[in-house]
Amino acid sequence: MKIVVLVKQVPDSGAERTLKSDDFTVDRGSASNVINEMDEYAIEEALRIKEAQGGEVTILTVGPDGATESIRKALSMGPDAAVHVVDGAIAGSDAVQTSAVLAAALGTLEWDLVLCGAEATDGRVQVIPHMLAERLGVPALTGARKLTIDGDSRTIERQTDEGYEVVRADGKAVVSVWDTINEPRYPSFKGIMAAKKKPVTTLSLADLGLAPDTVGLANAYSAVVSAAPRPARQAGTRVTDEGEGGVQLVEFLAVEKFV
Amino acid sequence: MPDVTPQHPLALFGTDELLTDTERDIRDTVRRFADDRLRPHLAEWYEAGELPARELARELGDLGVLGMHLSGYGCAGTNAVSYGLACAELEAADSGLRSLVSVQGSLAMYAIHAYGSAEQKARWLPEMAAGRAIGCFGLTEPDFGSNPAGMRSTARRDGTDWILRGTKMWITNGSIADVAVVWARAEDGVRGFLVPAGTPGFTTREISRKLSLRASVTAELVLDDVRLPAEAMLPGARGLRGPLGCLDEARFGIVFGATGAARDCLETTLEYARTRLAFDRPIGGFQLTQAKLADMTLELGKAVLLAVHLGRRKDAGTLRPEQVSLGKLNNVREALAIARECRTILAASGITLEYPPLRHANNLESVLTYEGTSEVHALVIGQALTGLPAFR
Repeated sequence: MKIVVLVKQVPDSGAERTLKSDDFTVDRGSASNVINEMDEYAIEEALRIKEAQGGEVTILTVGPDGATESIRKALSMGPDAAVHVVDGAIAGSDAVQTSAVLAAALGTLEWDLVLCGAEATDGRVQVIPHMLAERLGVPALTGARKLTIDGDSRTIERQTDEGYEVVRADGKAVVSVWDTINEPRYPSFKGIMAAKKKPVTTLSLADLGLAPDTVGLANAYSAVVSAAPRPARQAGTRVTDEGEGGVQLVEFLAVEKFV
Repeated sequence: MPDVTPQHPLALFGTDELLTDTERDIRDTVRRFADDRLRPHLAEWYEAGELPARELARELGDLGVLGMHLSGYGCAGTNAVSYGLACAELEAADSGLRSLVSVQGSLAMYAIHAYGSAEQKARWLPEMAAGRAIGCFGLTEPDFGSNPAGMRSTARRDGTDWILRGTKMWITNGSIADVAVVWARAEDGVRGFLVPAGTPGFTTREISRKLSLRASVTAELVLDDVRLPAEAMLPGARGLRGPLGCLDEARFGIVFGATGAARDCLETTLEYARTRLAFDRPIGGFQLTQAKLADMTLELGKAVLLAVHLGRRKDAGTLRPEQVSLGKLNNVREALAIARECRTILAASGITLEYPPLRHANNLESVLTYEGTSEVHALVIGQALTGLPAFR
């Protein structure tokens, strides 16, 4: 089975992250950049499928030159090859545009299954898998906590707030995964040393037959019009129990919609 | 006052820029493994004086840490600098874990890799690289530490067999090892033997009540007329040069490893100094504390620069044993001084297992002594400088 895993480079969610003050795009220069955490689970799932039934795993990344570092780290976990779509015109693209670039890139590849993280820790839009599946004309099996491949059928347990739903599709599909699906491996030293020798194909918009004026911040369907840092944490409310502390706590939880 | 973002001590030196992408990736992987799998348990292991060594060996084997700088037989085949960086990350967790890896890779596996027969290598190295078999290295004896030439253990011929007799002391991994590399005096000089666990006459006794390296297994090996077949001997080593060659390998790992322990102490202490208040101010704002922090940062940075320099020499094939002595003497001594100084900044909190400096300091007391005491390394350097041996 030929599997393509979508990998996005994002600012480290454990470090200070900022938006640029002029266009509110992510300031990648100020952050240390890492593989989107959820994508590591998608890579792990792809490697397990390959180990169980053979095939090939290819990483697909859309991102700036600096994303090569994340591609190398992804390859060190064990995938066979990578495709890097890099073009200055793509900067600032929204999900609709990015899904078009991804679909065009997948058009240059042979694949049976696309795996990806259910969300990226920077934008947290969560719609790329659906948009991509729509563009490719294949089913979207999203939010998986479990994936079973049986011949031509792909079955997932879709994680929901209440429990899970069993969703099945046959043939080609886009599957997005949550971090409940597996435990990603550490790259082995052999994998790290082999990663630099694995083939990485670089594609531009022209290679994909896409016009530059269909992508990028200026042509995006959505725009961020303002942004403000989260306000500093307020001092908590102290409840002194004078016989009705329990009632006050329940009221607080209800107002904050915890219950 | 300008708002200055605090820098990491090693960012101040820019030492990361001395490393390749691959070296950084290997280091980051070991650091992540240590954060996920080791750090949460260190205080517990240390207090209990127990280590799940078998389980950890498997995980370290999966990563590729065991014998990582050796080639073939399932070993990863990294360069020496990468091996050093892995040692530093393990020792940033605990010297006991670095010891487990040093003994497995640089002493036991290296001895078999360098001096073993084709059969010995094929039998042991893949299993040891994977962490399915654990090795130990028996050179030191109760009465012979710095002077291994005086060893009393003997290997005597009986037909084609060998009969080993003697006692080995302070042997890391000794009581959990599947195979012991044991050095003993034969008629034609010191010889190395592979003694599988369970061989009749071969027993081990774990050393308890330690105040140092508590997250590490240390044992005594007793060889009471242990009969071994001819093919148990390592054919490629004769004389003390055999075991001493292994020790050069392990010391090299310590040159890096000690910097990891020192870095962990300093990171912890910087965080503490920025947040702990005395007289309504962070203690990091006091001049005496800043002088300590600056001095420790200097010594840490210099130690890392020296380690990387020696690592590059090792990879170039130009590293000499007396240069390893320079690194081991300086880096362990300074790491121990940093650990103790950090403890003073942590004050009373520093005497508990909540914070790592005193645990590191206690461990480094062993590291200062094993693999060549600091005194012997000073004499090696003295001999290199004067041409006059002071210890013979």
